Amino acid sequence: MTTHTLSRRQFLKRTGVIVSTFTLAGPTAIAQQSTPLPGGLSNNRMLDGWVRINSNNTVTVFTGKCEIGQGILTALAQIAADELDVAYERVEIISADTARTPNEGMTAGSLSVENSGTALRFACAEARGMLLAAASRKLNVAVEKLSVADGAISATPVRMTYWEVAKDVSFKREATATFKPKPVAQHKVIGKNVPRLDLPAKVTGGTAYVQDMRLPGMLFGRVVRPPSYRATLQSVDEAAVRAMPGVVAVTRDGNFLAVAAEREEQAIKAAQALRASAKWNETPDLPPSGLALYDHLKKMPARDSVINTKTPVNASGGKITTIEAEYTRPFQAHGALGPSAAVAQFQDGKYQVWTHSQGVFPLRTDLAKALKTTVANVTCTHVEGAGCYGHNGADDAACDAALLARATNGRPVKLQWMRDDEFVWEPYGSAMIMKMQAQLDEAKNIVSWQHEIWSHPHNTRPTSNAAGSFVLGGWHLANPVPPVVPNNGPQPAGAADRNAVPLYDFPRQNILLHYVTDMPVRTSALRTLGAYANVFALESFIDEVALAAGADPVEFRLRHMKNPRARAVIELAAQKAGWKPGAKGNGTSGRGIAFAQYKNLACYCAVVADVTVDRTDNVRVTRAVSAVDAGLIINPEGIIHQIEGGIIQSASWTLKEQVKFDRQRITTRSWADYPIFTFNDVPAVEVHLINMPNERPLGTGEGSQGPAVAAIANAIANATGKRPRDLPFTPDKVRALTS
Amino acid sequence: MPDYILRVNGTQRTVSTDADTPLLYVLRNDFELNGPKYSCGMAQCGACTVHIEGRAARSCVTPVSSLAGKAVTTLEGIGTLDKMHPLQKAFLDEQAAQCGYCTSGMIMAAKALLDSTPKPSDAQIRNALAGNLCRCGSHNRIVRAVQRAAGAVKGA
Ligand code: FES
Ligand code: FES
Repeated sequence: MTTHTLSRRQFLKRTGVIVSTFTLAGPTAIAQQSTPLPGGLSNNRMLDGWVRINSNNTVTVFTGKCEIGQGILTALAQIAADELDVAYERVEIISADTARTPNEGMTAGSLSVENSGTALRFACAEARGMLLAAASRKLNVAVEKLSVADGAISATPVRMTYWEVAKDVSFKREATATFKPKPVAQHKVIGKNVPRLDLPAKVTGGTAYVQDMRLPGMLFGRVVRPPSYRATLQSVDEAAVRAMPGVVAVTRDGNFLAVAAEREEQAIKAAQALRASAKWNETPDLPPSGLALYDHLKKMPARDSVINTKTPVNASGGKITTIEAEYTRPFQAHGALGPSAAVAQFQDGKYQVWTHSQGVFPLRTDLAKALKTTVANVTCTHVEGAGCYGHNGADDAACDAALLARATNGRPVKLQWMRDDEFVWEPYGSAMIMKMQAQLDEAKNIVSWQHEIWSHPHNTRPTSNAAGSFVLGGWHLANPVPPVVPNNGPQPAGAADRNAVPLYDFPRQNILLHYVTDMPVRTSALRTLGAYANVFALESFIDEVALAAGADPVEFRLRHMKNPRARAVIELAAQKAGWKPGAKGNGTSGRGIAFAQYKNLACYCAVVADVTVDRTDNVRVTRAVSAVDAGLIINPEGIIHQIEGGIIQSASWTLKEQVKFDRQRITTRSWADYPIFTFNDVPAVEVHLINMPNERPLGTGEGSQGPAVAAIANAIANATGKRPRDLPFTPDKVRALTS
Repeated sequence: MPDYILRVNGTQRTVSTDADTPLLYVLRNDFELNGPKYSCGMAQCGACTVHIEGRAARSCVTPVSSLAGKAVTTLEGIGTLDKMHPLQKAFLDEQAAQCGYCTSGMIMAAKALLDSTPKPSDAQIRNALAGNLCRCGSHNRIVRAVQRAAGAVKGA
């Protein structure tokens, strides 16, 4: 029998607490006075912060980004191997640790390969150049005469290796970015399907996740959250729970309540007992549900802004046809398969926290605020969790664990959220309204376009500089550290308005945002932020307008689109799907297409969806065909998998998902309350890649969700002749539409 | 707390805990097995799937007291890094995971299927795995991995 027991030393070796001998330059201070460098190098300029040549014939590269289950670290290791000319197997990669790695902020927005990858390309190219220069001096051979293969530098007849010459080279200096990364023709590992680094452990039960961590003397923790967002704790019988078997600590601070026990099941029972004895004051202050939610949202105070405008909206001259429609999207959950967890230890005034947060540096700042200590007293180390797809409970669980660790006399504690903690307390993707208006001229071309949005914030993550704290634990303390109102992210990426500015060439356009900063229901970043809903509206509406113009949806899109890369993916998806211009649905099956360039900055993606609508008004997506241009391809299978996963997740959001609540409490507490796609719902998915070797690599993790929802909506409209505008498209909504 | 004697992955193990302790916590914490995962604790997702006497079971709702003398098998018990089970190998070959949190439950549910139905159809695989949730959209790859393993099992 084999068990995979890791000793503390082994575990720490894999997860990140070893002594570092390299330089962590203070990020912003330096960045402000210096010239920009490519990608993440700009804010983290020291070369030895990115790459190190080890004495044991390996190299170590560092990234501030973390693995969130999408193969990011594998892609970064591929980049390092190619730029350094070493075998992929020799590359060790260390990620997201406030004590060891560059500060690259959040792992989010499909930016890891663009930012960290670009930094690593330049840093590794420079490291290679410096090693070759040193070898050239030693061997007395001109650099141009040297070649490298797997770290062996040679110029007949002499030879030496990186590992020999590294002793004489110091990377303790700022990168210059004067060594050009390799041209595509010389890539050996980039562009190949190398196997993911993290999967062998995951298929055999190796230690892979923060939930798997075991430290000597470790306790198990649970948090007892209020029954509703703003409930206040009146009384709780702490003494009775302290006397329960195995209970080591009960901690109460204001409305924060948590327990640590020797065994996990004891912690769960103790938490149940605390919950049973706790008396809370609650107010019914949640918005109404169903369509009333959207009326309510429109009436809430908002910051109004014009996101983008091209000449006044009113078209002039000739006969103008005006078309209007409104689209809605409910609150939707991340629903990570593994509820959030963290391990924390508090010793000698210092906190060590192991977390699956997507941003260990910003989290550290917020933890320091909530814990009322200095940033220097907090170390956050990333260890994987389940795929999170945005800001879920990870940061909150880290704060819960740290608060509880203060009561355990230096013993580490693993705090695991229960399923209902995650569903009730994770910040959701915001409910949104998109009100659209377009005008057609006599030639049936779009002459004006308006897209008006109502939305709550899409980013309430911990941030390194805001005054407040964005971790739940901080809000619940007797002496609370409340959050501050976050700003909407600026264009061109945007946040609530992400992808609301069309890539199409419309002569007049007007994009408006009503940013509703009050959050009766907690919201934050869910994969794609506002893009899922905005692309749903934009790409559904252009379909509606095409139909009103009597045009084929593909032809109508191409007619208004000059961007050649956008055109190419639309054309390829249509061709691969066997698109028939003007084809009508037959009442029970239909086909739709949609396109977006995520953020108007990342990958270009078009999706064609086929759906059936059965007699019970149940919609099934039977097939999805997509075409993607993600610039230079680093790992084709990795891209295909992310696009496919995105389509399937988006289809699940689209047909099934909405968070439920009454006027007082969130009522979505388990998978039974929040069904997601299962194997029998999932469509066949085809992904076709267009490689653009001379373009920079573009993120793909969020490329397909927008096109997928709109393609499905368009396919339902094609099948039934009725336009679905209110997500999700559950059987009752489809019935209301078609009957 | 009473002692319970279990046979886990072929080895006899003893644990003292309350009778109603879910097997999942005993496997993860006492026996330090990472395969079975906590996701819902309510038999709704399949992440904690193990085999009890060769049948797929949800360890999050199985009390330890019901297991006296029964054989429990986890992901660790069917293969190792050096000697993988065909399903483990097939999941790697198909890269059938994104975050991988569902993987152990998927492999154990698939193994139960292949043990009774060595050459399942696509529909049989989907039905057998319908109670196992994946949030990352790796479903189609998982189906392909099970098909691949079915071929490999036949050849073995
Ligand atoms: S954790 Fe056991 S079925 Fe979900
Ligand atoms: S791979 Fe993440 S839940 Fe399945």
